[in-house]
Amino acid sequence: MSQPLDDIPIFPRLPARFLRVAPLAPVALALNRFARRVARTHPSMFRRMGNYAHARFEIDPTDLPFVIVIEPRGGAPLVALSRQPKPCDARIAGPLAALLGMVHGAYDGDALFFSRDLTVEGDTSAVLALRNAIDAAELDLGAELAEALGPASGLVRRLTEFGERRTGVALSRHEEIETW
Amino acid sequence: MEIVCPAGTPAALRAAVKAGAHTVYCGFADETNARNFPGLNFDRDEMRDSIAFAHDHGAKVLIAINTYPRAGDEALWHRAVADAAKCRADAVILADIGLLAFAHQNFPELRRHLSVQAAAANADIVNFYGRTFGVKRVVLPRVLTVPEIAAINAETEVETEVFVFGGLCVMAEGRCSLSSYATGKSPNMNGVCSPASHVEYHEQDGQLDARLGGYTIHRVGKGEPAPYPTLCKGCFSAGSKTGHLFEDPVSLNAEALMPQLQKAGVTALKIEGRQRSVSYVSQVVRNFRAAVDALDAGRAMPEGMLVRLSEGQANTTGAYRKTWR
Amino acid sequence: MELTVGAVQFFWKPEFWAQFHADLADAPVDRVVLGELVCSKRLPFYQDLIPEAVATLQAAGKEVVLTSLALITLRRERKLMAELAEMGVEIEINDLTALAYLPEGTAFSVGPLVNAYNEGTLAWLAARGATRISLPPELPLGSIRVLAQAAKALGVQIEVWGHGRLPLAISGRCYHSRLYGRPKDNCQYACEEDPDGRPVETLDQQPFLAINGVQTLSDTHACTLNQIDALRDAGVAALRLSPQSQRFADLCRIYRAMLEGSVAPEAAIAQLTALTPEVRLSDGFIDGARGVAWSVESTA
Repeated sequence: MSQPLDDIPIFPRLPARFLRVAPLAPVALALNRFARRVARTHPSMFRRMGNYAHARFEIDPTDLPFVIVIEPRGGAPLVALSRQPKPCDARIAGPLAALLGMVHGAYDGDALFFSRDLTVEGDTSAVLALRNAIDAAELDLGAELAEALGPASGLVRRLTEFGERRTGVALSRHEEIETW
Repeated sequence: MEIVCPAGTPAALRAAVKAGAHTVYCGFADETNARNFPGLNFDRDEMRDSIAFAHDHGAKVLIAINTYPRAGDEALWHRAVADAAKCRADAVILADIGLLAFAHQNFPELRRHLSVQAAAANADIVNFYGRTFGVKRVVLPRVLTVPEIAAINAETEVETEVFVFGGLCVMAEGRCSLSSYATGKSPNMNGVCSPASHVEYHEQDGQLDARLGGYTIHRVGKGEPAPYPTLCKGCFSAGSKTGHLFEDPVSLNAEALMPQLQKAGVTALKIEGRQRSVSYVSQVVRNFRAAVDALDAGRAMPEGMLVRLSEGQANTTGAYRKTWR
Repeated sequence: MELTVGAVQFFWKPEFWAQFHADLADAPVDRVVLGELVCSKRLPFYQDLIPEAVATLQAAGKEVVLTSLALITLRRERKLMAELAEMGVEIEINDLTALAYLPEGTAFSVGPLVNAYNEGTLAWLAARGATRISLPPELPLGSIRVLAQAAKALGVQIEVWGHGRLPLAISGRCYHSRLYGRPKDNCQYACEEDPDGRPVETLDQQPFLAINGVQTLSDTHACTLNQIDALRDAGVAALRLSPQSQRFADLCRIYRAMLEGSVAPEAAIAQLTALTPEVRLSDGFIDGARGVAWSVESTA
């Protein structure tokens, strides 16, 4: 049997159920603004993706009742949330914590695949390009969010830290500093 | 012993250096290197800056230009060698004799290593490369036992480097066209093996099928570890026998053999995985740096902990033990 | 164009091996490569037959060449290769190691298992004494054309893989032994049971590869009957036909007729298919996106 990576936290059922009925539009709006901001701060990420920067990806956090459709569009990204699967070039599915952990370098994408925590369908090349580009960009979504919110940044940082401690989900990037 | 660590991106290179890599190897983002994967590798500016970063922190950088130049397009490979020199790489890792001759003649000061893709598997050929092209180090193919490696080192002044961790080639490297037979893309010509562009996954009721170029390579049940859909580690049948006829979906881990490899006269230990994430690079490099430090200080080797990062979540010592054959 | 018969890749019984080479004396081929390519453990069974085969073929007007092993690792194998170089017959190197035993200035041939992919390598090999290079089967027509042109200026003959199961990989591990759960040192010569390799299928029963000891071959037999004009235009000097246990002399005759223009490709392919109906054909790597592709509509 496969050995799961360090117990990957699963999004709690109750709020997940709430998300089944909550309006997605405001979340999508916020996500789009956030994505455009990340695109501005990390232009090389799109260059690294080459032609795949024009593919359409379905990111499916399997513990949430919706999928995230991302179109990088060469640096002018579009994000949409949907309760129905949409036709995409590639699909990546796994617990939200695994997806975020991968973005923040807490998990290795291949290891998540070996352990079956992550599922890939469609254009595997596109998935690799996206994965490698994100890995190279060393994204820190927590820090980006804090900066995006300007005056509230201190609060966001504290909330991120609190959230990480409570849930075990990598909401930001942690550099290993002891050997440095 | 020196540890030679993989980096597919500048971020991975920095992570490797921070984690204690003595040396990092990487490649340009084109067909000149054997990990020509989407989203991976270095453009010229990234290479120059990354090498400067490594040098500032006391680490070396080797540039792999280890595919076989395409007839009519050799200029691309020649340019890669020239740019490696310009970026102040500590060495280039080459496989093709034409390219070795070019580098030897035009960039004599640029140190040359022989890539594993040249599969130099005995002392005579190792000495031949040393003598003919001034090769200073040979990365040995993954077909040799530890005593055979010791025998090679006893007969040569050329340094040897061996793989200790990561993906395992079952065939003599650089002498395999299984991938191009099924997909048209090969390690020698395109720098890819069993490329993602030709992979299709199908998951139904927990059963995961992986197909490459239309051929079913694996079928794993619910909850079983998934391997890469690499041809030589696929599940096939021959007559009445069905199974992994070439190799199980395992990954090399020769950590436990490090003391023997040191006694065998090996100069450097290589970690595979330029296609892997920053997270993998950090963990594996830190682990192996601690292991070589312990070895050099005569301390007990730290307990290994890398199995979960390994393909198929299973490890082998590969050809280093004779029973593998 | 000339026809070369490549070294037998499989482990044949000594009497079968001897008869096969005796028959080649009458086959319409120009050149024969002899000896053990794949596994040094096989050689003791038939090495005493080699001198007679060489003499017979030479008497029949064939050029005879001895092959090196494809993967030389053991001390015994290195010694064997050094002895080979002293036999006074032209050597075809299939592992660059063999060069270490050939004195500078000795003319030699380069076999399909040496990575000669480009002009630089070609020029280096020519300067070292190579007079004929049988290109790696993996090369597409575009590369073959460039190399054949470059070879002309260097006085080197270019040969391509003409027919037969494609040698796809060589390993330190013996897959026949593995199949029987035996260590390689105690293989009990399992590969002898499969005179054309052991077929390997996918989990969907799709024919895919063939195992031959430490070697892996394609399931399909590469066939260039449909490519002869293109190869001739490219400047290719010879086609290599790889021995198979069934109807090989007939196969050589079909290729000879094709080269002489006395038969059209479609008819030649039909004859070939009639000869060995169970064999699946491919264009090898010459045409098409992948090695397994076959440019001819199914005649079945």
